[in-house]
Amino acid sequence: MTEEPQDEIPGEVTRAVFYERRTYRRRRMVDATRLLPILGVVLFLIPLLWQGEEGARTTDVMIYIFGIWALLAGLSGLVSRDLGRDRSGSDSEAGADVDALETPGGEGR
Amino acid sequence: MTTPNLLVLVCILYVTFLFAVAFAADRAALKGRGTWLRSPLIYTLSLSIYCTAWTFYGAVGYAARSGLEFVTIYLGPTLVMIGWWWTLRKMVRIGRSQRITSIADMISSRYGKSNTLAVFVTLIAVVGTTPYIALQLQSVTLSFAAFSKVDPTLTSVVRLRSTGLYVAIGLAVFTILFGTRNVDANERHHGVVMAIALEAVVKLFALLAVGVFVVWGLGDGISNTLDVIDASKIAEWDVPGGRWAGLTMLSAAAFICLPRIFQVMVVENEDEGHLRTATWAFPVYLMLMSLFVIPIAAVGLKLMPSDANPDLFVLTLPLLAGEDSLAILSFLGGFSSATSMVIVAAIALSTMVSNHIVMPIWLRMRGGTAMVAGDVRDVALLARRLSIAGVVMLGYLYFRLSGAGTALAAIGLVSFVGLSQFLPALMGGLFWRGATRMGALAGLSVGFLLWLYCLFLPSFGPGVLLPVSVIEHGLLGQSWLRPQALFGAQGMDKVVHAVMWSMLLNCAAFLLVSLLTFPKPVERLQGAQFVNVFDHSSRPGSWTGGLAQSEDLLIMTQRIMGATEAQALFSGMARKQGLTGYLPEPSTEFLGVLERELSGSVGAATAHAMISQIVGRATVSVEDLLAVADEAAQIMEYSSRLEAKSAEQARTARQLREANDKLTKLSVQKDSFLSQVSHELRTPMTSIRAFSEILRDAGGLNPEEQQKYSSIIYDESRRLTRLLDDLLDLSVLESGQVTLNMQLGLLSDMLDRAVAATGGTVDGFRIERDLPSEQIVLNTDVDRLSQVFINLIANAHKYCDADQPVLRIEVRSAGDKLEIDFADNGTGIQMADQTVIFEKFARIGVSRAAGAGLGLAICREIMARLGGEISYVPGQSGAAFRVTLPQEMCMAAH
Repeated sequence: MTEEPQDEIPGEVTRAVFYERRTYRRRRMVDATRLLPILGVVLFLIPLLWQGEEGARTTDVMIYIFGIWALLAGLSGLVSRDLGRDRSGSDSEAGADVDALETPGGEGR
Repeated sequence: MTTPNLLVLVCILYVTFLFAVAFAADRAALKGRGTWLRSPLIYTLSLSIYCTAWTFYGAVGYAARSGLEFVTIYLGPTLVMIGWWWTLRKMVRIGRSQRITSIADMISSRYGKSNTLAVFVTLIAVVGTTPYIALQLQSVTLSFAAFSKVDPTLTSVVRLRSTGLYVAIGLAVFTILFGTRNVDANERHHGVVMAIALEAVVKLFALLAVGVFVVWGLGDGISNTLDVIDASKIAEWDVPGGRWAGLTMLSAAAFICLPRIFQVMVVENEDEGHLRTATWAFPVYLMLMSLFVIPIAAVGLKLMPSDANPDLFVLTLPLLAGEDSLAILSFLGGFSSATSMVIVAAIALSTMVSNHIVMPIWLRMRGGTAMVAGDVRDVALLARRLSIAGVVMLGYLYFRLSGAGTALAAIGLVSFVGLSQFLPALMGGLFWRGATRMGALAGLSVGFLLWLYCLFLPSFGPGVLLPVSVIEHGLLGQSWLRPQALFGAQGMDKVVHAVMWSMLLNCAAFLLVSLLTFPKPVERLQGAQFVNVFDHSSRPGSWTGGLAQSEDLLIMTQRIMGATEAQALFSGMARKQGLTGYLPEPSTEFLGVLERELSGSVGAATAHAMISQIVGRATVSVEDLLAVADEAAQIMEYSSRLEAKSAEQARTARQLREANDKLTKLSVQKDSFLSQVSHELRTPMTSIRAFSEILRDAGGLNPEEQQKYSSIIYDESRRLTRLLDDLLDLSVLESGQVTLNMQLGLLSDMLDRAVAATGGTVDGFRIERDLPSEQIVLNTDVDRLSQVFINLIANAHKYCDADQPVLRIEVRSAGDKLEIDFADNGTGIQMADQTVIFEKFARIGVSRAAGAGLGLAICREIMARLGGEISYVPGQSGAAFRVTLPQEMCMAAH
């Protein structure tokens, strides 16, 4: 007895609408990685608002800048560690998945 | 007291130690032992060549002059690093998949492996890096001077210059020894990377040590130091917004574009995963490097005499406090910063110069083939060594010209702006498939020229390279062309001014020209490979088979990579293909691998050119594209042929259908004819039989009756005979056995005979003729043609249903034909019947006048024998038949 052929259009990539929990989390981590530098830009520009009549002192700004710096490095460490853990966990699959997700659109796609 | 001689000794010892470390690392890597050499930590530390003497000495000087502004130089790279997912990840992936050797290689590869572009990028990189190298020379020279107790601000220029020269020579030799031991730039410099990582630790440690000493040793703890800062002249937070944002952006751009950063980040990258560690570890490193800068600057400003060079506070503060060992540590930190930068920058630049300038020229001089003579390896190595020396000497020249008096940070910024000009072409190439080579060239040239004019040339000071008049009144006296107030942008900071105009116009030129030009095939292919690198990382452009001689390739490869490596590569590939020996099939895959291997040594453009010389084909040649187009054309032709065929079939089917209809109709007609014929035969036969029986059996018939009956029998038999004659006649005509009796005859005579034979104009039947036109002598079978005419006139007689039937006979010549029309004024023949009237047995309106339906069929056969034709002319007032005769039968009658 032969099996019934699957009702599938050849050549069409079928992608799940919902991802399993780990893949989902990984994607959100990628989002976070992308958002971090934007957050950083905003936070680093904030001291410019403090200039004026009675401007802030260099020491205050210095403490703020270095605080944010450490915060960004810490967040980046957390996020990238999360990405790394998943990669070592179920290797190529999740990696390829995110890669495919990541690629920006171009002509001919 | 520390003497300069002691310092020289320390330097030499330190360098020897570094060399030993590098050597050990190379050995370990060779034996496959040092897995820790490939750890993400080493990678992160090697990235720290971003922090050069500019950071080590210059940052404090910068802070002493402009407060917190110095930090922008480190915030930019921090943002780029934590945003690695956007750009760095892609760059590293492309660098690995395409075996990129330098930033020039990257840009040229993206834009169709164009060597012109590579040369251009190389030149910009060399010119742009020159101030940076000068900065290192200056800082090392100054630090020597600081130790020799010569007041740095009043140093005798001669001393400084000679020290600078020695430092330059020393650095060049050091770099040559370090960086050119193997030719494959892509065969990672484990030793160099290891040494740089070590230097990174040394400089961080030294700076932190000085910082700790300043805060806790000189400044009595954190809160007291903060008080010192608050009391200093940099206490006010007043960095201009433009400079704050502009410099952050600039340093971010420079971080991506600096050739030396590219070298360690992309070329020396072992594993993409390392980037993930560096994404947080490198910002931490930068933060630690910057942590004590403001305190050191503030304390220095407080303790040092007002004329002291703030760039040297890191060194002079420990000296002031009598901490000689700390000062030496600090000196080593600065020395490390400077040497690591010069080594990597010189390696990166020399790779570019030798791959994109020297090698192509050499190959061309060699007559275009890589295999005739000479060892490419040696040439490449020599080219690299000379380029290193050249690059360092250029730096020295800048140092001499700029007068060695400028603040370190100011020099560094000049360099940053110049190198940032790569950004549009680089980023455009990574993310936009529409970016073209011409666009990249246009953007780079515009940006480079503006940088030269607005920042680089003025940086030597007024009157050195740019005349004072140009700076003050603009080029050619045009005030809107003033280099530091271009297009009337006055009152801007000159760095921000240069960044703004050069980047703005660079981007504009790049985008505009890209939009307007059309890329070459290779360019489009590479563009797709770069932009969609995550879709297909593994395969760069493929070689299209060809009959490359594997042996030639092996000879060439040996010259470049060395015999052992080349043979290992070739035999490995041969084994993979299931062959023994050293020569694999020159398959697409093999050539692709080979090109990537070679590009690691000589750059993508050169490797590509060399292989194409042997294989004879470029990755995507116009021929390939033509072949593809040809194929497409063939497919299209085939499909159009199919279409034509199917149209033809449709036509045939239609014809068949028509034929079938006709056959069906004829079959019906035949059936009806047979019944008609049998009826026709039976009717006379019946009367003949009946009357002959009467004549035989019934006695006593009077002679009149006998006469009457026998004449009936006679008439009926004549009718039968006529019918049978017709059938016989037709069969003779159809079988072609008829013999024509050609003779001359007048057309009017024939018509007269025909009219007479059909009974003439009896019963009100009128025939209209035009006698003069009928005076034509024909050379034809007169009897047969008359038969046709008789038939037609008889038909009109029989079938014309008009009240006053009229038959018009017209004769005219049309071209080479003679046409004779017989048209009556009846209802004519219906459309549906017109197609069958000339067929045998065809009879219209079965029940109407008698006839076997053979007349017109006979006419048609006769006309065909005579070389003419008979046809029905539709659209006349009634039934109209046209007899057509060839003109050559005619002779004018006189």
